[in-house]
Amino acid sequence: MTWEPVIGLEIHVQLKTRTKMFCRCRVGFGAAENTQTCPVCLGFPGALPVPNRVAIEWVVKLGLALGCEIAPRAVFARKNYFYPDLPKGYQISQYDLPSCTNGNMIVPLPDGEHAVGIVRAHLEEDAAKNVHVGGRTGRIGGADYTLVDYNRGGTPLVEIVTAPDIHSSEEAKRFLQLLRQTIVELDIADAEMEKGTLRVDANVSVRPAGSDELRTRCEIKNMNSFSHIARGIDAEIARQIEVWESGGQVEQHTYDFDVATGTLTPRRAKEEADDYRYFPEPDLVPVEPSADLVERLRAELPELPADRIRRVGERLDHERALVLVTGGLDSLWGETVAAGADAVAASNVIANQLVGAGVQPGSVDAEQLAKLVDARERIPRKAFDEAIAHVAEPGFTAEPYLAQEAVSDTAALEPIVDAILAANPAQVEQYRAGKEGLLGFFVGQVMKETKGQADARVVSELVRAKLSA
Amino acid sequence: MPAPGAGMSPIVDTLTLTAEDAIALVERDEISAAELHAAYLEAIGEHDEELHCYLRTVDEANGAGIPIALKDVISTRGVETTAGSRILSGYVPVFDATVAARCKVAGLTLLGKTNTDEFAMGSSTENSAYGPSRNPWNPDLVPGGSGGGTAAAVSAGLAPWGLGSDTGGSIKQPSALCGNVGLRPTYGTVSRYGVVAFASSLDQVGPVAKTVRDVALLYRIIAGRDAADSTTVELPEPVELPSDERLDGLRIGVPRQAVALEAIEPGVRAAFEATLALAEGLGAEVGECDLPLSFDYGLPCYYLIAPAEASSNLARYDGVRYGVRGEGDTYRDMVERTRDAGFGDEPKRRIMLGTYALSAGYYDAYYGQAQRVRTLIVREHASAFEHFDVLATPTSPTVAFPIGDRAADPLAMYACDLLTIPSCLAGLPGLNVPCGFSDELPVGLQLIGPQFSENGLFRAGYAVERALGLDLVPARLQS
Repeated sequence: MTWEPVIGLEIHVQLKTRTKMFCRCRVGFGAAENTQTCPVCLGFPGALPVPNRVAIEWVVKLGLALGCEIAPRAVFARKNYFYPDLPKGYQISQYDLPSCTNGNMIVPLPDGEHAVGIVRAHLEEDAAKNVHVGGRTGRIGGADYTLVDYNRGGTPLVEIVTAPDIHSSEEAKRFLQLLRQTIVELDIADAEMEKGTLRVDANVSVRPAGSDELRTRCEIKNMNSFSHIARGIDAEIARQIEVWESGGQVEQHTYDFDVATGTLTPRRAKEEADDYRYFPEPDLVPVEPSADLVERLRAELPELPADRIRRVGERLDHERALVLVTGGLDSLWGETVAAGADAVAASNVIANQLVGAGVQPGSVDAEQLAKLVDARERIPRKAFDEAIAHVAEPGFTAEPYLAQEAVSDTAALEPIVDAILAANPAQVEQYRAGKEGLLGFFVGQVMKETKGQADARVVSELVRAKLSA
Repeated sequence: MPAPGAGMSPIVDTLTLTAEDAIALVERDEISAAELHAAYLEAIGEHDEELHCYLRTVDEANGAGIPIALKDVISTRGVETTAGSRILSGYVPVFDATVAARCKVAGLTLLGKTNTDEFAMGSSTENSAYGPSRNPWNPDLVPGGSGGGTAAAVSAGLAPWGLGSDTGGSIKQPSALCGNVGLRPTYGTVSRYGVVAFASSLDQVGPVAKTVRDVALLYRIIAGRDAADSTTVELPEPVELPSDERLDGLRIGVPRQAVALEAIEPGVRAAFEATLALAEGLGAEVGECDLPLSFDYGLPCYYLIAPAEASSNLARYDGVRYGVRGEGDTYRDMVERTRDAGFGDEPKRRIMLGTYALSAGYYDAYYGQAQRVRTLIVREHASAFEHFDVLATPTSPTVAFPIGDRAADPLAMYACDLLTIPSCLAGLPGLNVPCGFSDELPVGLQLIGPQFSENGLFRAGYAVERALGLDLVPARLQS
């Protein structure tokens, strides 16, 4: 039987507001433990929350970018449970009346556009950070003692919940790349997984392909990069298929994905069996964004990445469009092409050489870059690389580099090519056996030998001619 | 403790001195803030061993004005604040509650922290982890609660005035039982920031004093929007000190369902009815109104909402950051032992009630339903105010009762607040004004007004107070 995975994602994004969600303590990394705290975020008796207006605007902005309906009246609620990182004994979140609902994001994929539904996006406060010392598990059970750093406690978080509209780990990854880029461009969060400012949990189930049933799902946590997420999802899909095919039943459970071993470890059932006793937070009044505010924020929205992938994709293949847009490179690409460069060549130079050289795309003069792209095969590789390394500097002009001519004289290059082929008999044999990708290897060796002065196009023709002889 | 310049200080009789008069004495330099503070400490030294109004006192006057007593649920920077609970023993706030800060700005000096039922849960102060307060009229009786400490202190001359907190009657009921004036303000007019929370949607801080004018003066100091409490608003009009002794044209509504309650003692009823007759004599029109839902369902509705919020508000007392910590092998162990040893029976009872009311599968039937009933109670009061300016009932069905009488029977204790709870649920202001005696014990009149009608309540209360002219100094304390 073939199986179809059904995946929904739950994403937490830490907003980069200056201050916390319900008090005016600074938000920031690297401060000494428990120095960014006050009676409110430490849950002292009588302390009361006051919402961060910027965070409220930002969740509306994000909701609009995700095509959501913006609630004219959203309500904060208390989610009650005991844990040392939760100073009040409850987290202030949104429950039955979240700020944003019912949106969707179009994910352009190689085989067309997939819509991923956004069930909700809501505001909440982050928990503090527990450090469990001693013990083997890194969890509170079995630890010798636990230290709590309340600096992170109360940081504004947006939780985004997708519909179970995703059907492969690859699609999940693409969705997340696009979502992340959207968030970064809205300038509301850094959204860096390795720093924990973007956290993703995945709900995974499988069903026989073609059916529309929803089988028992499992949650996977503890994944801190897009590729780990893809691997975690794949591991869980494989596990569930095996369970079903061996006649078993998948049971609802939460797993941690261990990146090092690629294995899923179940969390203890006790840690998930909770009744959070939600009720409306009586210390806060409902969030009622005015229609004017919502319209102003809507008008301020930039063109969104998904739309730009579609637009760029009209001139480039999907993969290149995705890389440019999710890398924040598409605007430079557009200007460079407008200045006369070839679309594909400009995309390659920007996505590979420019990024490889660590150049900030925002400070590049597209006119000059277009000239370099145009001349890239004519001028010595070394000159081109140097030019790219300096292209973002103020006052850069391409002219001095364009004046340099690559060595394209076959007579001069032939002995070098012969020497390289003679020195690498094994690779020559492999190439002849069909491994044509080695062409780049030979060209690279010649370029190295000529210190980047050779015309790469001429070299590659020479190599090809000699090897097919 | 001896006053600065002992022997030379002018004699003030703290039993009869009103806050207004005390302020005048200080302003005319007839007495210094320090001397006044010392005079009250002396009275406390003399009587508080018996009455136990204070959990702790402050030796030095920290301002240039007159002293004030604060209920121990109000955070005071540098001064231990326990809310009457063992779980907070030793907890010294690093910040002032907004109301404490506003008192400081007004020059008031903190005299001490007054006794309260644990976390303001109770109607007699018998639930205080530090022992009950006693009624200055008869120390075998309760002063009411939860703010029994403040009310008893004001009536015994151990403070010119004080602040209490009221969730379902904790200001009005003790004021009635001790014979002074107490205001529960409109929800949202006084900041709750720094006030140890019991039930957030009901808690309000308010003044307790000997006279209506004193209560108005203190309300003027504490009221108004506070950026630190999102549920506060600016007062629609400034607070006015009442001076009119007539009630011409005032329409007083008496809820039929309230006065029909059998729990109302005959002596209380008699004093109440005599006061209504007096009000008519001052020009008021007295009529009957109907609040059937409010009096049938108010109490059960309150005992779902308040414990539900309390169960959440009290979750922060886990032994991790402040207060008492029980030792345990694991986190769960530590939290359980901390809470088991730290909370008394009443908070435990309400935490259990509230947790149940909020649980999955019960929320709609209990907490959700109670909130819907609350909306009906709000509407019912609003329609009564289409015909009346104020509503009047007795504040408490009974006068002060003996210590120990109801402590073993939570339901009997909860019934103390039958008459005060409905207007609290509706977020409305209520004023207790002494209106007579029954068995030589004070009886209180409860005046309820629409939202933000404090000035109207002050005018009505003042006229009644003047016309009655009661001697509210407990006879046994008069020398």
